[in-house]
Amino acid sequence: MKQLRRENIRFWQGNEACAEAAVIAGCKFFAGYPITPASEIAEHLAERLPQVGGVAIQMEDELASIGAAVGASWAGFKAMTATSGPGFDLMQETIGWAFMTETPCVIVDVQRLGPSTGQATKCGQGDVMQSRWGTHGDYSSIVLSPNSVQEMFELTIKAFNLAERYRTPIILLADEIVAHMREKIVIPIAKNMEVINRKKPEPYEKAFFGLQDIPPMPAVGEGFNVAVTGSTHDAYGIRFTADAQEHRQLVERLNNKIQSQAEKLADVETYKIDDCEIGIVSFGCTSRAIYEAVEKAEAKGLKIGYTRLRSIWPFPEKIVRQLTETAKKIIVPEMNLKQIFYEVQRVSNGRADVIPLNKIGGGELITPEELLEKIEESA
Amino acid sequence: MSKSFSVKKYLRPLLLPFCSGCGGITVMSEFLRAANELGYEKLDKFVFCSGIGCSSWIPSPHFVADSVHTLHGRSIPVATGIKLMRPDLHVIVFGGDGDIVGIGLSHFIHAARRNLDILVIMVNNMIYGMTGGQVAPTTPFKAKTTTTPYGSFEYPLDAAKLAVTAGACYVSRWTTAHPKELKDSIKKALRMQGFRFIEAVSQCLTAYGRRAGFKDSWEMLKWFKEKAIPIESAEVMSEKALTGKIVVGEFVRRKRPTLVETIYRTIKEAQK
Repeated sequence: MKQLRRENIRFWQGNEACAEAAVIAGCKFFAGYPITPASEIAEHLAERLPQVGGVAIQMEDELASIGAAVGASWAGFKAMTATSGPGFDLMQETIGWAFMTETPCVIVDVQRLGPSTGQATKCGQGDVMQSRWGTHGDYSSIVLSPNSVQEMFELTIKAFNLAERYRTPIILLADEIVAHMREKIVIPIAKNMEVINRKKPEPYEKAFFGLQDIPPMPAVGEGFNVAVTGSTHDAYGIRFTADAQEHRQLVERLNNKIQSQAEKLADVETYKIDDCEIGIVSFGCTSRAIYEAVEKAEAKGLKIGYTRLRSIWPFPEKIVRQLTETAKKIIVPEMNLKQIFYEVQRVSNGRADVIPLNKIGGGELITPEELLEKIEESA
Repeated sequence: MSKSFSVKKYLRPLLLPFCSGCGGITVMSEFLRAANELGYEKLDKFVFCSGIGCSSWIPSPHFVADSVHTLHGRSIPVATGIKLMRPDLHVIVFGGDGDIVGIGLSHFIHAARRNLDILVIMVNNMIYGMTGGQVAPTTPFKAKTTTTPYGSFEYPLDAAKLAVTAGACYVSRWTTAHPKELKDSIKKALRMQGFRFIEAVSQCLTAYGRRAGFKDSWEMLKWFKEKAIPIESAEVMSEKALTGKIVVGEFVRRKRPTLVETIYRTIKEAQK
């Protein structure tokens, strides 16, 4: 970040930052379906991807959008789709398929206020659990949560890198506020940005679905005769629809390749977590209120610390546990009716008193004043 | 073409999962014969996409080729992503009637509308076979199925006509009682561009025929032969006279700009 030049500073919208980051990360395919508040990502990529030789297409629905993205990934290219809650619902089955077939791709869910059509243009954070448990069966997801335009940019690149590194779908769980607001963003120069590409097989290799934690991934048309299936399969892609051992081996490996990396995947910002009486665990747009609230609380002599989650799943247990070991009270502000709250409570395991602060409706943010009030109540 | 041709050269040495007398085997072998007659020694320039259902197991994982076995109804979207990024490959979709024109119907219509360069081969057995014989969008009126025990009270969909209306470049329908015509039609479609659709009406004794009163697959094939009306004759017949008939032949063959052409032209323009 030291070598920045003036022209690397922009005033961008969150969705625009996400789209530009995708291009930088090497995305060559986007398929989407219009939905507020994610449409700007599709609009921006419709202009940008053809310029870099990529394809952006509007499909007939979200089922088709994510299907096409997964197809493009098997054609050997980085692919993305973007949607909001209702579309994210429709994509769940294919997210499971992408997990089962170990297909790298990025799914952006710009959260809006549900359930159902709810308040379609307003902000909410109600898809936290859906991003973890949305598809059926035993699976694990990697979910990132930006809280600024800068992080929409950084975490989009990170999402592509993780998808390629772990050969799995990655969910960027944004929200209407970070997606629609405009603010200053600093773009690092290209050579300082790490871009990871999937591991390709050697010509003699035949096992693309096993024998190692993260097997190499061929593309179609490369002569590997790859057999891709969402049914239980062996290391060579051959279907086993009834064999207990094959199923255990596959599904346990797929979950383990993510869960075993939980500590490495934890991406959090912490402040005084080793020396505080009151802690805050926060993520996404809601976490924008903590800085002012903490400053004011400290001015009043309160000992306060926080953990801000940039990665939500796998839940950054270790670092949150650290907070629960020092703080007596932990406040969890969320624009939903308690989702991360229960995770914090589970990790805390009775050590700290976990206090919810929930607000839904109208897209109204939890303000620093409301958070401060809760801090003072807890003190 | 050598006389000793065996479709085995295109197949992995696995047991086929189909019931004896299944029409899907005919469609599989006619496709492979067509590929052989066109001179494809290997299927390495092909990608086979399929959904969920018996006929989706025709290519996956049996063909020695790239095969992508997707979700129920989603083979065409996945094929879209593959074809747009690898326009040099032949992308073939195998699916059943439930897969292609039941749960996946909107993708089918839109792919035809866009003129996506893929060949869709729909094995129409008029039933949900893999799940045990439930009524399908293609089940004949009054037919008894496990979910229409008193006979179906719905009229079936004419997928071939729909494909023509939606904009396909090539549409044909044959039955498994017309293997040569089916093979020739596949050969013709493989030489063309744009959205191509072949409907192969196929017998499923296990999940359909038994309940409809057929004793064996052979009887079902005879039924296809009897009910088949060439499209040229059908054109002058009344709707009433055509009820219960299977119109076979070539429904359309035309040229339209394909999606690959229009998309890559757009990309070229954007890069200027």
